[in-house]
Amino acid sequence: MAVRVQTEAFDAGRLLSEFSAGRAEAGGVVSFTGICRDTTAGAGVTTLELDAYPGFTEPAIEAMEAEARARFGVQDVLIVHRHGPIAPGEAIVFVVTAAEHRRAAFEAADYLMDRLKTEAPFWKKESGPDGQRWIEPRDGDYQDVKRWSAK
Amino acid sequence: MMKVVLLGRLRDIAGWRERTIDAPATLSALRDLLYREDAALGEALAGKGVQAAVNKTLMREDVALAANDEIAFLPPMSGG
Repeated sequence: MAVRVQTEAFDAGRLLSEFSAGRAEAGGVVSFTGICRDTTAGAGVTTLELDAYPGFTEPAIEAMEAEARARFGVQDVLIVHRHGPIAPGEAIVFVVTAAEHRRAAFEAADYLMDRLKTEAPFWKKESGPDGQRWIEPRDGDYQDVKRWSAK
Repeated sequence: MMKVVLLGRLRDIAGWRERTIDAPATLSALRDLLYREDAALGEALAGKGVQAAVNKTLMREDVALAANDEIAFLPPMSGG
């Protein structure tokens, strides 16, 4: 079980290999990699800057991880999230879950991404040819996270 | 001295990220002090969805402050 909030770029393939190694007890490992897009709603993006609050951001994500673990009974979870400047094409977030059966692993990863997209304490600024703007979650992100409270 | 931390767009509005100041007695007194120095920042701090954290814990109401506290003002979070 681990949460890493870091400025360094990461290699999602390598993280997945390391996480998956030697897991004879797991029937399934599910991973998601979020990548910085080069456009948002048609506007060009040259840099994404994520502001984190060290000492506050990590515990908030750790709480989400603990809830996912309790809710879906997964065996292990790793969440890696970058902050600082991020270029289009680079990975921003990586979530991987291991469970005895695939459904729990899929659902825990899906749940964690929905929570991260709406509630993780990050502040995002996009810069592009049209200037800079601060980003808040999209309506679709809020709809996504609501799916989990209806159950 | 206490540390005041601004996150997200509040940093752009104020033109600073972090500073130390003589501790006012309460969170509301700190907001008043910041407003008197910089009305644009003061108004942004009173804006919808802006939360305050004392020593990394969100505070829903006015609280007493002590020297060495770290106060952060957090605009609505963008998510990851």
